[in-house]
Amino acid sequence: MTDNVLVEVKNLVKYFPVYSRGILLKKTVGRVHAVDNISFDIRNKETFGLVGESGCGKTTTARLILNLIEPTSGEVLFKQENILEKLKSAKRKEKMKIRRKMQLIFQNPYGSLDPRMTVFDIISEPFIIHKHVPKKVWKEKVYELLDFVGLEEYHAERYPHEFSGGQRQRICIARALAVEPEFLIADEPVSSLDVSIRAQILNLLGELQDRIGLTYLYISHDLSSVRQISNRVAVMYLGEIVELADTDDLFKEPLHPYTRALIQAVPIPDPKTKRMKIVLPGEVPSPINPPSGCRFHPRCSEAKPECRKGTPELVQAGPNHLVACYNLSP
Amino acid sequence: MTETLLNIEGLKTYFFTEAGIVKAVDNISLNVRKGESLGLVGESGSGKTVTALSVLRIVPKPGKIVDGKIEFNGEDLLKKTEKEMQSMRGSEIAIIFQNPSSSLNPVYNVETQLRDVIMAHQNVSKVEARKKVIELMGVVGIPEAETRMREYPHQFSGGMKQRVAIARALACKPTLLFADEPTTNLDVTIQAQVLDLLNDLKRKFGMSLVMITHDMGIIAEMTTRIVVLYAGHICEIAKTHDLFEHPRHPYTEALLAAVPRLDMRKTLRVIPGNIPNLIEPPTGCRFHPRCKYATAFCKEAIPVLEEVESEHFVACHEWRNIELGGESKQ
Repeated sequence: MTDNVLVEVKNLVKYFPVYSRGILLKKTVGRVHAVDNISFDIRNKETFGLVGESGCGKTTTARLILNLIEPTSGEVLFKQENILEKLKSAKRKEKMKIRRKMQLIFQNPYGSLDPRMTVFDIISEPFIIHKHVPKKVWKEKVYELLDFVGLEEYHAERYPHEFSGGQRQRICIARALAVEPEFLIADEPVSSLDVSIRAQILNLLGELQDRIGLTYLYISHDLSSVRQISNRVAVMYLGEIVELADTDDLFKEPLHPYTRALIQAVPIPDPKTKRMKIVLPGEVPSPINPPSGCRFHPRCSEAKPECRKGTPELVQAGPNHLVACYNLSP
Repeated sequence: MTETLLNIEGLKTYFFTEAGIVKAVDNISLNVRKGESLGLVGESGSGKTVTALSVLRIVPKPGKIVDGKIEFNGEDLLKKTEKEMQSMRGSEIAIIFQNPSSSLNPVYNVETQLRDVIMAHQNVSKVEARKKVIELMGVVGIPEAETRMREYPHQFSGGMKQRVAIARALACKPTLLFADEPTTNLDVTIQAQVLDLLNDLKRKFGMSLVMITHDMGIIAEMTTRIVVLYAGHICEIAKTHDLFEHPRHPYTEALLAAVPRLDMRKTLRVIPGNIPNLIEPPTGCRFHPRCKYATAFCKEAIPVLEEVESEHFVACHEWRNIELGGESKQ
């Protein structure tokens, strides 16, 4: 099983310091527990979904994996190599090699494309940086990438503002694919798109996976799209993973009370299936002073005294099903 | 049959921009009955928000209501003076916007903002108004109203801010409430809380609710009747149940097939192409360039709404010749 693993995240922790006001004597007055000791692995050619509400640490996790920010502790292995260490110590050339294998697509295709560059410039910029494509085949390669994501050759001469949101997201995907990555992190790639366009992008991501064997980390707060695209799903709450399972398992038999509440909160587009009324009370607490014990206990309807004290660990609750809760029915 | 509260006939709201005339709402007729929950569904640019703004007569410049009739309780709102309109807004017709962070005033505390609404429409003293504010905040589920009302919007979380916005809209017990994507910016668990709150309040105050959204799940759960808009035209009007079971317009069918569902995995059918530009909208039926059933005739003539069965209207030339699948047939 381990040789099938592409990315392995081990005990990853990220605390952001909170400073007191003042210019000269800035003091750290607290820490935002953005990501708190999470571990998971992403297998080759699968789509791993990461869901949770805003502020639960999904995007921080993505940035940590790509080493865009430095973790407080923990490690990330890519093909069994500790890339965090490597990116720190290795030569520039080595670093570039690692960077090429992992790419990111952002939520907002309006903000992630330079408005003053043509699509050709945008997609060929990685060639300048990584020098992996000889200049005389740039054009060919750009056209090939455009075709890959369902755009036409004549689009290459245009500027981002001439495109709709869905087309821009296609350009972002083409740019990410320009370096021939193996691993693609998609951070809410369809959230800012219209409903009729979302399906286009979700299907495109699926097709690309079949064609070139990409592995995805799909980050979203939208459970329906996660269900649609992922093979396995991890649910995050306040910086911790509370449940991790195969997609169908997770949605059919959610074990953690938070996962259950989350699933029941989503309205189903069918007037015949009425939503069950377990509305989660309250709001997500501040990650600066997260609750003691199980972080979900103040909102949990099944909380017991021990939930306040100890932190439940992720334990096996079935084949490929991990959950962090004291209340599992035997 | 229940009484009609709002009757819109042949409404045309255009935006006179430098690039040309944007026909955001182009000849729309619909009605809202007393005490019902009506859904306005459509993607961005379909004219759903502009319809609501037109009713309140707060269409921003360079927009203008060009033609049509808007009858509220039998009175034509378009014939009213600005002063008369002002006394209607808030007391008879109210609106909740998508983004509470920008619809609440950041420099006044919550008490002032709510009190202002009450004092503008009702002849009460400041002390009485304050009492009403406290009561109102309790109704929308904001705990510790007496202390929290002195706080400013930035001190509230997104869900709480939306509750304040709802409280402000309901301050004078309007008979008609527009909710324009009220939960799009909120997390799913908070969304569930706000939707439940809206349902409760609607029942309590016996008002009519017009729910504007692109989320088919929310529509299925919250409404009894639906109006589907596309590029400023109405495609279909039907009872919620009928619309999901037997959509008669190809756009409605495509929209349903393009939305991923939480309770099952399905193949997402893509709607090809993009949302049309409203400066030069497609001729004839505006959906024809993306419609797989389109004929040459669809390019020429604009279809009118026809009643295909009781209370089910569709604007499509081809509805007799096509067999469409509903949500349950997929």
